[in-house]
Amino acid sequence: MQSLLERNVILLAIAILVTVSIGGLVQIVPLYTIENTIEKVDGMRPYTPLEQAGRNIYIREGCYLCHSQMIRPFRDEAERYGHYSLAAESMYDHPFQWGSKRTGPDLARVGGKYSNEWHTEHLIDPRAVVPESIMPGYPFMATTPLNFDDAGEHLKTLRAVGVPYSDDQIANALADLKTQATGENGDGDVEGLQSRYPNVPLGDFDGNPDQLTEMDALVAYLQMLGTLVDFSSVDAKSIER
Amino acid sequence: MNQAIASPSYNEDVVKKFVIAAAFWGIVGFLVGVVIAFQLAYPVLNLDLEWTSFGRLRPVHTSAVIFAFGGNILIGSSLYIVQRTSRVSLFGGPALANMVFWGYQIFIVMAALGYVLGVTQGKEYAEPEWYVDLWLTVIWVMYLVVFAGTLITRKESHIYVANWFFLAFIITVAMLHLGNNVALPVSWFGAKSYIAWAGVRDAMTQWWYGHNAVGFFLTAGFLGMMYYYIPKQAERPVYSYRLSVIHFWAITFLYIWAGPHHLHYTALPDWAQTLGMTFSIMLWMPSWGGMINGIMTLSGAWDKLRTDPVLRFLVTSVGFYGMSTFEGPLMSIKVVNSLSHYTDWTIGHVHSGALGWNALVSFGALYFLVPKLWNRERLYSLRLVNLHFWFATLGIVLYITAMWISGIMQGLMWRTYDTLGFLQYSFIETVEAMHPYYVIRALGGVLFLIGALIMVYNLWMTAKGKTRNEAPIALAPSASSAGN
Repeated sequence: MQSLLERNVILLAIAILVTVSIGGLVQIVPLYTIENTIEKVDGMRPYTPLEQAGRNIYIREGCYLCHSQMIRPFRDEAERYGHYSLAAESMYDHPFQWGSKRTGPDLARVGGKYSNEWHTEHLIDPRAVVPESIMPGYPFMATTPLNFDDAGEHLKTLRAVGVPYSDDQIANALADLKTQATGENGDGDVEGLQSRYPNVPLGDFDGNPDQLTEMDALVAYLQMLGTLVDFSSVDAKSIER
Repeated sequence: MNQAIASPSYNEDVVKKFVIAAAFWGIVGFLVGVVIAFQLAYPVLNLDLEWTSFGRLRPVHTSAVIFAFGGNILIGSSLYIVQRTSRVSLFGGPALANMVFWGYQIFIVMAALGYVLGVTQGKEYAEPEWYVDLWLTVIWVMYLVVFAGTLITRKESHIYVANWFFLAFIITVAMLHLGNNVALPVSWFGAKSYIAWAGVRDAMTQWWYGHNAVGFFLTAGFLGMMYYYIPKQAERPVYSYRLSVIHFWAITFLYIWAGPHHLHYTALPDWAQTLGMTFSIMLWMPSWGGMINGIMTLSGAWDKLRTDPVLRFLVTSVGFYGMSTFEGPLMSIKVVNSLSHYTDWTIGHVHSGALGWNALVSFGALYFLVPKLWNRERLYSLRLVNLHFWFATLGIVLYITAMWISGIMQGLMWRTYDTLGFLQYSFIETVEAMHPYYVIRALGGVLFLIGALIMVYNLWMTAKGKTRNEAPIALAPSASSAGN
């Protein structure tokens, strides 16, 4: 066998391809076919256009290189960060942002833990809020206007890869984005936004009502992380693993 | 043409280009690594600018060292070795080979520019966006055509063992690249795309890719280098043919399964985690089989380690390979991983492999290739090679010990409870505790970079045809008398 493969490049190449294909097929395909891979829990919804814009900034800046979004089922992690993460909680994440390093703390449930002001201050100058922090400062975000005029296109693309955005959500993408960042103080259709995206955090996230900035989007994203699933209503048995 | 049959004229011109590119990108990659290491110790070095923050520079470092430095020495070596071991010139002629070279450099520049400007997919080691991925696919297919075409037209009846590894590297990297990067651009005129896979499935696909970038880019490809350069430099045949056959097929089959050990205790189903752990532990055996095959090739030539610093680079690298491939399976055991995951222990592990194995074997390859390609009798200075060896080794030792100690400390601090049953440390206290180790690590990186600069100087002088007037590296008195 080996002496044949050693003399025939094509056969050797085919043998290699077959050999390296097996492991991946066995590990990846069942994740699509085994039903309980993603738990069935209430509360998960696609990101609002503003949150998705914030998520794209999170990715752009490489936040995932120092912050995980995946709480493991250990006592200390539960106390530090909250309930362990479910597969369902990242079901609309293209790409996933579980991360592999905690130079900074886990962010899977950071939503609602700090105020908008704290986040804005912290992102502009981390050491003004946490003196020992080694995080880079992002002062430019507070002054950079959010460029997301093509919000509808982004939602459409996400729908094409499997996120269940409705026609209504896509048609209202840009309006919803602005409404979320102005909240009750603006003239946007707040009720419409809330009906399209339950549990949506509203308001002027960066404390500067005159401008829709990248800071607005990033803080809106951070403030919703881990807040969608209401664990008091989740049957512990159903998410056991 | 007739002449080519008698004594084939190899395409060494393109190999020279790959060698120069490897040396250049190596310095760039190490330098950016040193910068971001200091950023973690002194965050003011992020400069509060978007283009210079850790999050944007870190992919520049990883891509520069893996794909630019590693990739260039790997492709260059494979094209050098496949000609020598097939006794034919490169398939497709100089034009196709040059297209592979320049196409690959354009890939590197496009990817790095994107990172600095914030263009990224957000997947580790697969950061380039869709248009860069497409470009690389085209270049990679051309590379496969050159390499496999040369093998097909070979004048030797058997395909040499190094070429099995190179072929596995090329084919598997193509498969991983295509599988992990399926993405839909928002607009055909914009950089942004969304990856086809989501959540837990994306995580599994990513680490199927990510771990096998280690397995087939940084291991299979570099083992191909080991199987040529060590026997050549030691002037001894490979220790065991049978072991290399087993080594090859076991590595090829087992490595692919190891990905889930990056996802222990996450929302990935347990069955997948257990499979990943099991295969990672099994991988230890073929890895050490390969290490033994490399080191034992020196049987009967051990004395050369004293006088030949180039061989010392090559053999030390295989030693580090053995160490890292022991540590890897250890860390893939779930209970160990519960401590090590998310900490700098992982970073230490990666660098014992990347600096100790990949970089040292690459330095050995560069020292081997430059005198041959530029037709020089010997290197400019063996004493400088020796100096480089000690700078590099000391740098690695500082780096990996700092990261081991601090990583384990970090993991323990996160889970320590006080006597009243509360968590003993806030997160920020664990960050503060890392500071001295981050400084030591950065200094280790500086030593490693200085060593590489010494190498570049040495190689430059060699290419220019200079030789340094120096005393030869002699055997120690006791050793020479023992030799008598």
